[in-house]
Amino acid sequence: MENKDWRSPAIGVTPQEYADLVTKETPKPTLVKNLIWAFVVGGLICACAQIMINALKGLGLTAKEASNTATAIVIFFGALLTGFGVYDELVKRAGAGGIVPVSGFANSIVAPALEFKREGFVTGVGARIFTVAGPVLVFGIITSIGAGLCYFLLHR
Amino acid sequence: MFGMVLPAFIVGGCICVVGQLLMDLTKASFTPAHTLVVFVTGGGILGALGLYRPLIEWGGAGATIPLSGFGYALANGAMEAVQERGFIGIFSGGLEATAIGIATAVLFGYLVALAFNPQG
Repeated sequence: MENKDWRSPAIGVTPQEYADLVTKETPKPTLVKNLIWAFVVGGLICACAQIMINALKGLGLTAKEASNTATAIVIFFGALLTGFGVYDELVKRAGAGGIVPVSGFANSIVAPALEFKREGFVTGVGARIFTVAGPVLVFGIITSIGAGLCYFLLHR
Repeated sequence: MFGMVLPAFIVGGCICVVGQLLMDLTKASFTPAHTLVVFVTGGGILGALGLYRPLIEWGGAGATIPLSGFGYALANGAMEAVQERGFIGIFSGGLEATAIGIATAVLFGYLVALAFNPQG
């Protein structure tokens, strides 16, 4: 898009004026908008999962089974919507609201795997699946072992 | 049917707001991968300290669906297994408790990557 008011900053602009110009033209902080998007989208994903849990409990599943099944369903839809290219658009808007739920974890598994598909099904898809999931599992499992060890030392 | 849905919305939304603050108030080199690692580790530590359980009791899916819930399940699984089986539970409990999440994520992730082609 052509900006009619544009002129070269090198002509007739002092460094101070240029700095002011930069401050003026920098996009306004969108933090509050981002936070609202994250809250609403993240909240909605969790609310949908809660409705699934309630429905699954109605079918006779125990609380734990219902919760695990709902998590698996959210993971499934996160992966599927990433395949359709929808989830990445959601993340652009919702930020952490799309990344932090397990559907975002599924997205972080599928997106790099898809991107590197041409490198083959083993070193492409198979390896890239763990680009983000790998670090998450490493830190998660170490934390888990630490928690178990502390519990063992304190209670046994 | 709609019990717990509002608490789930509020707790889930608040946890995601924490994630958004982490992303917006840190440098660009702090990627979504870092955010997820912070959540899984944070959920595990809060779980070990007994601070995450009340969040799940009050917020249901709002606390289990964010990745901090995955961290909680890993830590809590290890502690429960220690209670049942002793020392060996330290290593087996976490992955046992989260096996469904990990297995489905790998399976669905691989199948979707096979079935679709990269966008654009």
